[in-house]
Amino acid sequence: MTLLNSFAELVQRPGLEPEAETGTESRPIKVDIRNLSLYYSGVQALFDVSLAIPERCITALIGPSGCGKSTFLRAINRMNDIIEGVRTEGSVQVEGRDVYSPNIDVVALRRRVGMVFQKSIPFPKSVFENIAYGPRISGTGNRRVLAEIVERSLQRAALWDEVKDRLQHSALALSGGQQQRLCIARALATNPHILLMDEPASALDPASTSRIEDLIFELKKNYTIVIVTHNMQQAARVSDRTAFFFQGRLIEAGDTRGLFTKPSEQQTEDYITGRFG
Amino acid sequence: MSTAEPIEFDDRPVTSTDSWSPVKRISLSRVKEQLIVSSLFLCALVSVVTTVGIIFALLNESVISVDGDPAFFQQVSLREFFTDTQWTPQFADRHFGVVPLLAGTFLIAAIAAAIGLPIGLAGAIYSSEYASPRTRNILKPLLEILAGIPTVVYGYFALVFVTPYLLRPIFEDMLGFEVDVFNAASAGIVVGIMILPMVSSLSADALGAVPRGLREAAYALGATKFDVSAKVVLPAASSGIVASFLLAISRAVGETMAVTIAAGQTPAITFNPFRSVETMTAYVVNVSLGDTPAGTIEYKSLYAVALTLFCITLAMNWISQMVLRRYREVYQ
Amino acid sequence: MTDRAQVSTVQPSVRGWSGRIFSTACLLSAWFGIVVLVVLLGGVIWQASGWLNGHFLSSFDSWHPEQAGILAGLWGSLWLVGLTALISIPIGVGAALYLEEFAGDNRLTRLIQLNLANLAGVPSIVYGILGLTAFVRIFGMFHGQPQVLVVPLFVADLRIPLPFGRTVIAGALTLSLLILPVIIVAAQEALRAIPGSIRHASLALGASRWQTVRHQVLPPALPGILTGVILSVSRAIGETAPLVMIGALTYVAFTPGDITRPADIVNNPQGVLHAPFDTFTALPLQIFNWVSRPQPEYQHVAAAGILVLLIVLLTLNSTAIVLRHRFQNRHRW
Repeated sequence: MTLLNSFAELVQRPGLEPEAETGTESRPIKVDIRNLSLYYSGVQALFDVSLAIPERCITALIGPSGCGKSTFLRAINRMNDIIEGVRTEGSVQVEGRDVYSPNIDVVALRRRVGMVFQKSIPFPKSVFENIAYGPRISGTGNRRVLAEIVERSLQRAALWDEVKDRLQHSALALSGGQQQRLCIARALATNPHILLMDEPASALDPASTSRIEDLIFELKKNYTIVIVTHNMQQAARVSDRTAFFFQGRLIEAGDTRGLFTKPSEQQTEDYITGRFG
Repeated sequence: MSTAEPIEFDDRPVTSTDSWSPVKRISLSRVKEQLIVSSLFLCALVSVVTTVGIIFALLNESVISVDGDPAFFQQVSLREFFTDTQWTPQFADRHFGVVPLLAGTFLIAAIAAAIGLPIGLAGAIYSSEYASPRTRNILKPLLEILAGIPTVVYGYFALVFVTPYLLRPIFEDMLGFEVDVFNAASAGIVVGIMILPMVSSLSADALGAVPRGLREAAYALGATKFDVSAKVVLPAASSGIVASFLLAISRAVGETMAVTIAAGQTPAITFNPFRSVETMTAYVVNVSLGDTPAGTIEYKSLYAVALTLFCITLAMNWISQMVLRRYREVYQ
Repeated sequence: MTDRAQVSTVQPSVRGWSGRIFSTACLLSAWFGIVVLVVLLGGVIWQASGWLNGHFLSSFDSWHPEQAGILAGLWGSLWLVGLTALISIPIGVGAALYLEEFAGDNRLTRLIQLNLANLAGVPSIVYGILGLTAFVRIFGMFHGQPQVLVVPLFVADLRIPLPFGRTVIAGALTLSLLILPVIIVAAQEALRAIPGSIRHASLALGASRWQTVRHQVLPPALPGILTGVILSVSRAIGETAPLVMIGALTYVAFTPGDITRPADIVNNPQGVLHAPFDTFTALPLQIFNWVSRPQPEYQHVAAAGILVLLIVLLTLNSTAIVLRHRFQNRHRW
């Protein structure tokens, strides 16, 4: 009972429609992870995790620090590959294809699955060059086409109006919140279908955080989003589905509202009510 | 609460069924990338090939015979090489004992070490523990300039200045020693100056790597700056400092032009720094400059000497690296 | 109470005394090198005064000290160091790129790094012997039957002697191997200064490893690499022992390819093509030769030569330091 009340407090979004949320189960599965285990130089970090990510929803991964949620996220676009000594078992199916099978082109995967990092990492170049980088290296050379892509991506990231006169200026001159939206626009420029976000707002001030959350909420209309967050309120505010990780295991996953009001596992309840973490 | 502008998604497909084929294909860009990485790898291999080449070049004519001519060590036994006390390849009565050359090398290296190591270390302590950042910024580039001066210049300095204006006035005129024109002391002094920047900068790195907390703990216990520098920081950085000493001595042993110019061409086993001696490196140079014909055993002797020199410097470098590695864990 | 007062006045001053001696000793040591530098430069300038003039810069060596000049050494060093840079920079930067960006952490990589550390400590004269065996004689492959490989080009013929013999190219290859470890280490440090997050961001956008290096890592690292390269090449200018070993001549009255003025480069293309395969001398070698001559006048000639060498080195090093300074604060990560 107290949980339901606190959930209502957490979700302060007016006009929240419960129907829209419960519809998530019927959506097709965009990313299907089955029995994923991961080892860092022999030390196991993920234990047999299975999770289905429906399309055009926001799935939040929560849990205390070190529980493996970022590792899990990176497994989807195979960013763990660049770390030495990593071994992955199990399957990750993105749009029906197991991305760990040997003949998969990782480059194509990463264009389909975009990523935004915790600390915004703009390249030390102009705003335009930052956004145009992704399409450029996939082969788009036409300047006009690139300009269109840059404009479209910046509009979708709700940054266009603020930088449209400063496209040739250095991206490092933008504020923290603007830089993060730039990184989101940069990820959008390769026309991905899935967006992975690793604590995208944790390094920002509350006002910027709120803008980013609104942006993510709008983006879900057209993108499947998986977001890692250590901020439970954020997860409750923004996501449709939530998965709780603890010590490398997926403890519980489900509809956000259900998980926060009536979690089936004791550990989940303990974490949500703040008994640890 | 929410102040974001409405976002227009104009042409984005709502259902995501466009085909996606992330299968690896042989394409021009993949082939290009593989070619680039392979050529970069070859560049890295050049260094390995260099080492193989050095070993081969040194063994050539000293251990391995070439064109049917017997190699040096096939004509001169190892025993004679290392125990005979005379080195007279050019004389009628030929001796191939390398000990005089070793003695010359180590005499000069010892003098160089006596000058370069303590002064370099003390300078590093000053720079690391006492100096203000402004002073440090002046000292550092000046030392780099000192390090960048070519060895022929140091040889010239030893011959033209150190011997006539420093050694002779003090040791000959005042103290009665006999100072040759070419002597080990002048060479040793300038080699010491040459290795000074190396000792200084490597030791300063070692001192800087000691964690601040150690110093602060000592100060908190009431220690003076002297106590902290000499009794806390120095011992803590000792492995890095010892490693830098070894590297510097190795450099002094391998030094060529300055000793060729200043030390002389007479191999001798002596502790007298004012006599003329010949080092291993100087011998190699002098034989090359001279008109010893290529196939003769005198000529091959330079390979044997160079091989010995290489082994000594290699051993010193290895020990230095081992010292560094063994004690690095302490402060990780 | 009086005892305590006495104790507290005696002990600190004793401790202060030894502390002050120590700190003074360290101070003197730190400035010792600078004093030596000043004395050295002063001495060289004093000895060279009157001897460093236009005639010195434009004449060849001579058995009369007043007429001796450094022209052969200047041009020889120019060709030598130019070729050395051309050879060693691509290989060195390429190796550094491979080791930093593409190599895994396996035994071969560690072996290469260890090998580089060892190579840096090998005396330069050993490199000279390597050069003698590998480049001058090319392992004795053409023993007794030296050939000339002729490659006709548009403006003139390229004539490559085999084996290379005591030529500029043999010297350049030798010096390249000598400074290669230094270049590689300097380039590696410049590459390491680029934060890993930049690489991650680029890879996450679907860039390949090479694209990441070429577009995001190499451009900001270039100033640092350039600084390291300039410092390494300037070391090559002063190297003498390897040149002695490969047999570069010490008394030389000609320049490689007979190019004596900049205009000759355009007017004499055959000479330009011949220059790398010509015998030569170099600045430090001529200095060494003059120092070794018995006549006291040659000390002045040597001093003049040293001054020229030092000026060249100072110019190069200052360029590197200015470069390093300019680009140090450009990227604030």
